[in-house]
Amino acid sequence: MKYVDEFRDGTLARGLAAAIAAELQPGRRYSFMEFCGGHTHAIARYGVAELLPPAVRMVHGPGCPVCVLPIGRIDQAIGLALQRGAIVATYGDTMRVPASGGLSLMKAKARGGDIRMVYSAADALKLARAHSEREVVFFAIGFETTTPPTALAIRQAAAEGLGNFSVLCCHVLTPSAITHILESAEVRDYGTVPLDGFIGPAHVSIVIGSGPYEHFADEYRKPVVIAGFEPLDVMQAVLMLVRQVNQGRAEVENEFTRAVSREGNLAAQRVVAEVFELRERFEWRGLGEVPYSALKIRPAFARFDAEQRFGLAYTPVPDHPQCACGAILRGVKRPTDCKLFGNVCTPESPMGSCMVSSEGACAAHYAYGRFRDIPIVARPA
Amino acid sequence: MNKPDYQRPIDFRHGRVDMNHGAGGRAGAQLVEELFARAFDNPALRAGDDGAVLDLPAGHRLVMATDGHVISPLVFPGGDIGCLAVHGTVNDVAMMGAVPLYLSASFILEEGFPLADLKRIVESMAAAARDAGVPVVTGDTKVVEQGKGDGVFIATTGVGALPAGRRIGGALARPGDAVLVSGTVGDHGVAVLSRRESLEFETAVVSDTAALHGLVAQLLAAVPEGAVHTLRDPTRGGLATTLNEIARQSRVGLLLDEAAVPVQPQVEAACELLGLDPLYIANEGKLVAIVAPEHADAALAALRAHPLGRAAARIGTVQDDPQRFVQMVTRFGGRRVVDWLSGEPLPRVC
Repeated sequence: MKYVDEFRDGTLARGLAAAIAAELQPGRRYSFMEFCGGHTHAIARYGVAELLPPAVRMVHGPGCPVCVLPIGRIDQAIGLALQRGAIVATYGDTMRVPASGGLSLMKAKARGGDIRMVYSAADALKLARAHSEREVVFFAIGFETTTPPTALAIRQAAAEGLGNFSVLCCHVLTPSAITHILESAEVRDYGTVPLDGFIGPAHVSIVIGSGPYEHFADEYRKPVVIAGFEPLDVMQAVLMLVRQVNQGRAEVENEFTRAVSREGNLAAQRVVAEVFELRERFEWRGLGEVPYSALKIRPAFARFDAEQRFGLAYTPVPDHPQCACGAILRGVKRPTDCKLFGNVCTPESPMGSCMVSSEGACAAHYAYGRFRDIPIVARPA
Repeated sequence: MNKPDYQRPIDFRHGRVDMNHGAGGRAGAQLVEELFARAFDNPALRAGDDGAVLDLPAGHRLVMATDGHVISPLVFPGGDIGCLAVHGTVNDVAMMGAVPLYLSASFILEEGFPLADLKRIVESMAAAARDAGVPVVTGDTKVVEQGKGDGVFIATTGVGALPAGRRIGGALARPGDAVLVSGTVGDHGVAVLSRRESLEFETAVVSDTAALHGLVAQLLAAVPEGAVHTLRDPTRGGLATTLNEIARQSRVGLLLDEAAVPVQPQVEAACELLGLDPLYIANEGKLVAIVAPEHADAALAALRAHPLGRAAARIGTVQDDPQRFVQMVTRFGGRRVVDWLSGEPLPRVC
């Protein structure tokens, strides 16, 4: 496939792997966090980890939109479908995330909730137009990538005067999550999570630009390399990070120049600023309450805010006590460190959110990489 | 003077299925006569009895398979639920190494379904049965109230004749065997997805729905009896699911070579856009053959010599693996598990 195969070329990958190995300083270990679930997925799916030298460790970050969604928010969406009789439109990934009472959106659907999978916020608008007699709520989740389309949908609904459309806004912000990790005791005080640098988000950075990461490079002395979601992007970014570490630099570098600029997409930023404002606090699964880490709908668009429209109150719900998703999302634990991984918690019956989305660290490792944990491994013939 | 019984013919242009068609009265009998019996016409059906009396070739054992067909949309690029209901069951019988002989068909119709659409589906089904040389010898029709069906559901059962001594099955794959696939994977699923209401995208991909017993016959004739250990059609859940089933049944592992798996560029592109993996997308006209290594080349050549197997490829090898993993060397050079599908394949968020 043109423009995709080029970024998945095995020969180039081997060349990059050799280049990375050649640049490593003997005896030194390198730990890089890939913030995004998209990178986690690419690393697992293409077997990138296997091509990297053992001294390079990839730490999975919290950038999986479904993984960081707390139970309480999914409960709200389920409540809207089951108790309020609304049509809830949601991205497919969200359907399986476990919520309270053994429910998920998919199970709520089986109990009669009218829950529809959509590909975009615009599809949710279409539903609202087609069912003018029903309340239609778009369950808006995701980082800065999915925020502009939600903003556009709200603006469009306002322009059309759609009276039955609203948005349960759970959009979260990447830079706040990175700050939270860098400020965490594990990274700052104990050093239990060694972090030598970040692979910066791909699609998020298209929207927000590379500028917002400069703070992390300057303030925390951590190199950031923004990289695309293709496996060669990831390997090139690792090479660039290794070079920064070796040279004692901490800068924001952009591997993904084919899509990311320093300023980002200004038009998208404008429409987001027009419709949304910062939330004072928002609960993330795994990270807990993170101040100014999420968006809410501005008062001018309050009638499209499902929280206001339905008078929703937020009730935090603790995760299963043995679920290690929190620690995994902060990079403190690996999926295999969790007692539940692969026995109680599997993609068929996920206990924690990291096992749900294919971008989640646990699901990615379970689906693609778990043969490495087993002593007897079949070798290629 | 005796007037001959007169019944106004069914209005197949504007008519719709109603509860009378399932009530066991004249309307039902008329629908059977003017649509089903006419389309599927054969001696067993013409006899009009409760069951069909069938001949079985001497020295053969009976193979029986059943399949319920529910699909949305009912008509898709390259086929419809009618021909699919024939191909699916014929293929299940063929994958046992048997020659498919007869089919039964059970229709569940939803009240309000346009008779024109039903006629089109039944005629497509009859044509598929004729082309396959496997007649529908007995059938049934029921009608459910509006909202309790999805237009049409079709359940078909097939019987076939298995020559004495032939053993082909999912539990017979052995370490060292070659894994072959008869063509590009993911075509059917992508063709159907492209017409889903919520998805609609433009693609030239058409479903690969086809009866595979001719291809199977050609394959089995090209190699000694016993050389083909396993045959299976990778339908729902795609190639990945089928291979995992075989690994589990045979207590072996499989190692695939991603670069060798044939995928049409359009299918790959559609999957890329939707966040899906062609390995998990359904096929309706492909088979997986697990073949003794010394006969793999002959088997591959036989597949490629058939119109339905032109793009056949050797995609991997059976391995000794107590964990029964299906693994794959990626085009990128790494290795990963090709796991069971977890629930419905769902698109990713970002």
